[in-house]
Amino acid sequence: MHERLDPRAEPPHRAHVPDLTADGPKGRAKRTRLALGAAVADGGWTLLDHPMLALDVAGSPAFLEPDAVVVHPDGSWTVVEIKSFPMLDGSADPAKVGAAARQAAVYVLALERVAAALATDGEDDGEGGEGEDGGVHGRVPAVRHRVLLVCPKDFSNLPTAAAVDVRKQRAVTARQLTRLTRLEDIADALPEGTCFAPDRPAGELVEAVERVPATYAPDCLAACELAFHCRDRSRADGAVATLGRSVRADLGGLATVEDVLSAAHGESGDPDDPAVAALRRAAALRAEALAGLPRIPAPAGAHATETTAGAHATETTAALQGVPACP
Amino acid sequence: MSLIATLGRMEAVRAGQAQPAATVCHRRLSARPLVFVPLTTAGEAGAPLGALVGTDPDAPRLLVVAQPRDRDLRFAFLAELADVVLPYIDGFAADVEAAERTETDPETGKRIKVEAELCADAPQLIVPSRAGIDFVRLLGRSMRFRRTAEQDPETPYPAPPRVPLLGRWLTHFGERARVPGSSLLLALTDVLGLHWTTGQSSLEDQHLGALLAWIAPPDGLSGARAALRAELARGADDQLLCPPAGPATDPAFDNRLLAPAIERYDRARTALAAAEDGLEADDRLGDLTNAEKAVRDLVESRTLPTWQAVWRGLDLLRELPEGAHVADRWTRDRWSFTAHRDRVAAGEPPQPRRDDAVTAANKLASREREQARLDAQEALDDPLVMAGRRLAGEAFAGEVVDVVMAYSESKRPSPRPLITVRTADRPHLGERAKVYRSLDGRPQTAEFVGTQDAGDDAVLVLRIVDKMGRGKEPEAGSVPERGDRLCFTLFEHDQRGGAKLPDPEHTPWTHGGPPGEEAAVAETADPVTEEDVL
Repeated sequence: MHERLDPRAEPPHRAHVPDLTADGPKGRAKRTRLALGAAVADGGWTLLDHPMLALDVAGSPAFLEPDAVVVHPDGSWTVVEIKSFPMLDGSADPAKVGAAARQAAVYVLALERVAAALATDGEDDGEGGEGEDGGVHGRVPAVRHRVLLVCPKDFSNLPTAAAVDVRKQRAVTARQLTRLTRLEDIADALPEGTCFAPDRPAGELVEAVERVPATYAPDCLAACELAFHCRDRSRADGAVATLGRSVRADLGGLATVEDVLSAAHGESGDPDDPAVAALRRAAALRAEALAGLPRIPAPAGAHATETTAGAHATETTAALQGVPACP
Repeated sequence: MSLIATLGRMEAVRAGQAQPAATVCHRRLSARPLVFVPLTTAGEAGAPLGALVGTDPDAPRLLVVAQPRDRDLRFAFLAELADVVLPYIDGFAADVEAAERTETDPETGKRIKVEAELCADAPQLIVPSRAGIDFVRLLGRSMRFRRTAEQDPETPYPAPPRVPLLGRWLTHFGERARVPGSSLLLALTDVLGLHWTTGQSSLEDQHLGALLAWIAPPDGLSGARAALRAELARGADDQLLCPPAGPATDPAFDNRLLAPAIERYDRARTALAAAEDGLEADDRLGDLTNAEKAVRDLVESRTLPTWQAVWRGLDLLRELPEGAHVADRWTRDRWSFTAHRDRVAAGEPPQPRRDDAVTAANKLASREREQARLDAQEALDDPLVMAGRRLAGEAFAGEVVDVVMAYSESKRPSPRPLITVRTADRPHLGERAKVYRSLDGRPQTAEFVGTQDAGDDAVLVLRIVDKMGRGKEPEAGSVPERGDRLCFTLFEHDQRGGAKLPDPEHTPWTHGGPPGEEAAVAETADPVTEEDVL
């Protein structure tokens, strides 16, 4: 930490590691807050092992547990994130580092809230609370925007670390958090009596999940357990976003596959609409280029079944059973 | 994704089957590729679990590490892999043809032609997916710095002979795969995705089973349903019917089948080590063999479907005719292969962990050049790719409606004919913009002169400026005639190289300066730590 992030501070000879155990996440979050305040007042290096932070997400508190938070001698804080993917010759898989950076950015945001709270506490009651520890009166402790990523080195089990700048991820996450639909609003839109408890019968649960609007995009598949469900629904609706987020950008107001195809083949749509005009040109050029090729015959019955949206869900289950061999 | 590709995806959704994204094959497919289907152990870098490898679709060689964390077994696996891969590579090294190469003469500094050997063909490695390419690179990195007992008798854990060599070759294949348009190491999902558009997103195209299901759905099933089955269908034992193409395995397989099998193997091994007399040992050896066979069977059951899928994908690709410029790019691959063969033969050290500044800049420049070349060549080879460029305003096709002879105003007038082209495309032409057309495979340049308005279509006047010979009259066939249908591009057909970079010894201080003494010391292997050894 000293070497990678704060070489100008005094080297750490012994770091203070406060005990953070408490009852329940709320107790642990409170304890963490106290320890952070004390560490800032204390000066020197402090390591908080698995602290607990609270962050307001869509109107409900979420508890987060970073791997560690370090308080520098100058009173600033750094998030430490430990990951299992290897760092080979000083570089790691960019996708995984990106995911780790996004995760750390959330911790940075949560810490910033704690820092701001500590500062106002210090102003409000100078005698009690954190103010007693003498530290943070009016001065907001800085949360560093470079986090420390700890990974296995090369092919060994030895740790190595690198500083990762999460300013961008922090800004993106902060913006997304403010834009999130509040949970109450989603709940208000649902009919009375909707229940997501896992012990309900499957049919009822499916129905409950169906009532919540979802915006599916293929990226969801990597992150969400409900993605296959949303994909089925999105495909049944013929939504163009099923084919990728970027697809939507080219297509103007055309939202479904059928709309796009009929517009492209001149069956619908306003020819003065630039999106429609571009589609028609694309369709004409594509047809011209393919004119020389023998057409691939569509499999029997595929056309009829696939375009009927409603039948899709039942087909899905049918397709999953029965036929044994892998295609 | 271009609008044409988007449209192709939607048509695939409607048709229930993948639609062509190319009319020719844009990559060289060797007549005898080496297919490599690796599996890796979850949670540990570079710990292979097993692999199917070979050149014969009916006779894959199964290699398995029964306990992936055991270094000795891992080395045994790598040695076996080297026994398959290296003879295959060596099979191409001996067959050479004479060729010429341009080099800079060290004394005069002039560019001269030198005689050189060029391998007549090059090996080709095929892995199922993009993650497979990363795994090849990772294996290469994990092996190339190892030392054999012969190279360094003092080394604490000597690697079997040929393993470091295999590492260098895999590293070379992995690096070459980063060059756009190269075919030495191909990921099948990438190549299939280049030639077909499916009715799913490009993210989902990374699943080999689903991709093939769209391209060639089994009888009576639509692509969407077949793809869904490939992704999700599980058998009675709750295992995926179509295992992921790897190298990562399905967690359900890891937890329910693989972990117990490996544990059984561990127990059998401990029991054998503890055996007190020969008779007992014989018994326990039998147990150990059975346990090992169980792991082998498991690995085979997960890799064999992928192995068959890879060959089926190759068969599908082979039905496409090869693009006209593919041979040209394959020649570059052959040069790359020959050059590495020579480096190995000359006893040069393995590729460094990090390239020096000049090498890195060279690599980057050559990849940029190859990308531009690839974009141009694919468009010239394939009307469907060209359609995308025409839609983007980077090319136009049309009919010649008028040809007027004109001459330049110099002392020796040369022909500068004006041709008028009527096109429905909308190229983004600036004043005096240069456009190119292919004349017997060589680019002919024309200059944009002006435009005439003619309703929906654009009528463009172009002045042809080269490839008409030295005489006053243009050579026969070098000037288009009225009624010809031509395709002009706004991009150049051939790429010029950029400015030459300095030798590594003359690296400017802005880029870290000359490599110095540090670079002269051979890189050492990764140290073996206590925790690495079971």
